[in-house]
Amino acid sequence: MSMPTPMPQPERENYLNKEYGVWSWLLTTDHKRIALLYLLSITFFFFIGGFFALLIRLELLTPAGDLVQADTYNKLFTMHGMVMVFFFLIPSIPAVLGNFLVPMMIGAKDLAFPRVNLLSWYLYIIGGVMMLHCMLTGGVDTGWTFYAPFATNFTNTKIVEAGLAIFVAGFSSILTGLNFVVTIHRMRAPGMTWSRLPLFIWAHYATSIIQLLGTPVIAVTIVLVAAERALHLGIFDPKLGGDPLLFQHLFWFYSHPAVYIMILPAMGVVTEIIACFSRKRIFGYSFVAFSSIAIAVFGFLVWAHHMFVAGMSVYAALVFSLLSYAVAVPSAIKVFNWTATLYKGSIHYDAPMLYAFGFLGLFTIGGLTGLFLAALGIDVHVTDTYFVVAHFHYIMVGGAVMGYLGGMHFWWPKISGRLYPEGWARLAALIVFIGFNLTFFPQFILGYMGMPRRYYDYSHMPEFQVLNVLSTAGATVLGVGYLLPMIYFLWSMRYGKPASDNPWNAAGLEWKTASPPPTFNFDEEPVVTWEAYNYEELDAPHSEEVPVGR
Amino acid sequence: MSEHSKSSPLPTYFAVFFALLVGTALTVYAATLDLGKYNAAVALTIASVKATLVALFFMHVKGASEKLTKLVVIAALFFLLLLLGLTMTDYATRLWS
Amino acid sequence: MADNSAAAVQVNAHGEAHNPALLHHFAEPQQQRDAASLGMWVFLATEVMFFGGLFCAYLVYRRWYFGDFAAASKTINMGYGATNTAVLICSSLTVVLAVWAAQTARRTLLIVSLVITMLLGVTFLGIKGIEYREKFVEHHVPGASFSFDKVPIPGHPGQYANPRHAQLFFSLYFVMTGLHALHMIIGLGIFLWLLTMAWKGRFTPEWHTPVEIGGLYWHFVDIVWIYLFPLLYLIDRHP
Repeated sequence: MSMPTPMPQPERENYLNKEYGVWSWLLTTDHKRIALLYLLSITFFFFIGGFFALLIRLELLTPAGDLVQADTYNKLFTMHGMVMVFFFLIPSIPAVLGNFLVPMMIGAKDLAFPRVNLLSWYLYIIGGVMMLHCMLTGGVDTGWTFYAPFATNFTNTKIVEAGLAIFVAGFSSILTGLNFVVTIHRMRAPGMTWSRLPLFIWAHYATSIIQLLGTPVIAVTIVLVAAERALHLGIFDPKLGGDPLLFQHLFWFYSHPAVYIMILPAMGVVTEIIACFSRKRIFGYSFVAFSSIAIAVFGFLVWAHHMFVAGMSVYAALVFSLLSYAVAVPSAIKVFNWTATLYKGSIHYDAPMLYAFGFLGLFTIGGLTGLFLAALGIDVHVTDTYFVVAHFHYIMVGGAVMGYLGGMHFWWPKISGRLYPEGWARLAALIVFIGFNLTFFPQFILGYMGMPRRYYDYSHMPEFQVLNVLSTAGATVLGVGYLLPMIYFLWSMRYGKPASDNPWNAAGLEWKTASPPPTFNFDEEPVVTWEAYNYEELDAPHSEEVPVGR
Repeated sequence: MSEHSKSSPLPTYFAVFFALLVGTALTVYAATLDLGKYNAAVALTIASVKATLVALFFMHVKGASEKLTKLVVIAALFFLLLLLGLTMTDYATRLWS
Repeated sequence: MADNSAAAVQVNAHGEAHNPALLHHFAEPQQQRDAASLGMWVFLATEVMFFGGLFCAYLVYRRWYFGDFAAASKTINMGYGATNTAVLICSSLTVVLAVWAAQTARRTLLIVSLVITMLLGVTFLGIKGIEYREKFVEHHVPGASFSFDKVPIPGHPGQYANPRHAQLFFSLYFVMTGLHALHMIIGLGIFLWLLTMAWKGRFTPEWHTPVEIGGLYWHFVDIVWIYLFPLLYLIDRHP
């Protein structure tokens, strides 16, 4: 809406109260409802993955392998990884917040292909049900990477079923990316030029590129693995002339960029939050925008740094090591620009901002330890140790999940039309931050001391126990930190104070419509005449043209 | 869709069609010649010419009103070359030592 | 909807053609057409990468086991491959004719072109089936019954192909042509749907996006074959 908004009317028709009943949800083509369907489903898988994580941490509480057997432990960390990566992290921000916000932020009524969007959710659910079935009937024990030839020729666990689940979920991810790319190109409101797009949109555009160009490669790799298991073709079997490293090349061609599928949207979220809560235009808008694209492209150039000790060519390793350093550059550009945005900003410490701060610190640690791993010499020392585990959890949990939670808090008033309890939210943010560091920082030390990952029994090295106890204690704290938001979000849906259209006095088209928004997002087609993040204008005392909702 | 109000595109379509058939015959013929290591290069060149003809004229990349279609095509080819090229950095140098 | 195109197009108050096929969330038909076309192009980019993984595997093993690949390639009937290439090229011609017919409101030509395209597609799959059957009879299908004994390597008299490496060739051959054939079958499904729409007269010069994007898909599958043919059938064929 482009006119000053009247007082919020409680009975305004919106996407939530327009229709009721199961079918109005299961057959909806409204991107906002589909986002909520995704929210429910990924939360479900988050708790399943979290349950596995809990068992892993409990097993490692003592040096002896006493809680579970070795085989069970292998399945635990495999299923933890597969569920968290493919069924939580990859869809998390794009399919929930992206689905909800991309059309609204660019002033569109919906995504370009609403039915494809619904199809993508169903594919996710089909993949998810297959994964659940796979888990309940025995699971997989190869690690989430299902390396050949163990996965193709030796293990007797349910590789094919898990692979097909990932294949189907991968198509869901491709369709989401396709929808975003087309929507961002074709559905922008009049006046919404590329240089006025919120950086959240740029981040999702970059994410979509990876989803579109990376996912098909793992899909075809899964086809080869399934064929190999069914027929013993020998494609990855050295006995028959195949090369197991080819599997790793194809696998990491997707799975390394997949890390950027997880982190780029979180970067987009954090950019929005930082601008809003320091009341400033993002410093270096175009640098932040193009660094997203650069990360998406450079992300495809570095995959073999996962294979330095696997027997690949030393010369290729040199090339990949160098390129891996290159991908740090656009990430660093982002961190510097966020910091510069904070500089002399009028900073508000609301819960979303606390998560954004958490993201900044943890992502920086995760990113810098990534450089250790890109360095050939150090990588040999720490490969397959807890150092690697700590590193990627700092990126995926410290980065992506922090961004996801920050975004959920930031846009919750828009999604639900209710305010969450701010005090509890700040407490939860603090608990998550403390719990996270307590869980994963000790693992850096453990890894550097040489504790290998994927061992359930470290009784020959009892001196590792102290750090493992700390880590397990931290995981418990972290678990509390994750439960809290779920509880108070649910509580706020009924008891929370009604949110105004723009409770944060934030810039961006999504705040210029009702909370919760009507089915087609805007009562009138918006026309954009301002630049992104015009906080100086919003906060100026005489601003009259721009609606302020608080 | 695209502005086809100009002259009929049919002559172009048939010309491309015959070029594709000729290309097929040519590639079969070239395969029977001993060109040493150039056999593969010749076969791939002919295939690429044929594929380009299909893309430009049958898929209307040439007449596309905007650059976006071309950009998508170029991006796809670029990432395909990344996959093949960077993988080959390993395979081409693995036995050096 | 009526059979002739004029009735299918209502004219709104601004005198613009308003097509009932315009979905609610698009401002105008052009935007909807552009979105659909871009959507198909982006999808084809993902398809490039999907086949790209297979081309990558092919490239690696062809470099390693060139002689074995050449020997294995020679056992495939080149005539079938060449005929199928010609069949697909003909079908691509009928597809552009179908698109042109839809643009210029030639309903009969549209239907005839779609039918011929589908017939050519079925011919392709039929020839493919014959070829697969031959491979099956010759025990060239990878698996327990695979056998490839004493097949000479072209250009290296007295040397025989390693059956395991030849089996790798046939694995890739079956996966690549199999996935290509699967794409053909999906294409036939799409064209069957286009045919029923065309039969009902749904397509007009203003709105025939499905014909266009279905055509794009078909051409792409053709392009994949244009590469598969020399890569699989024509390795070192010279006498």
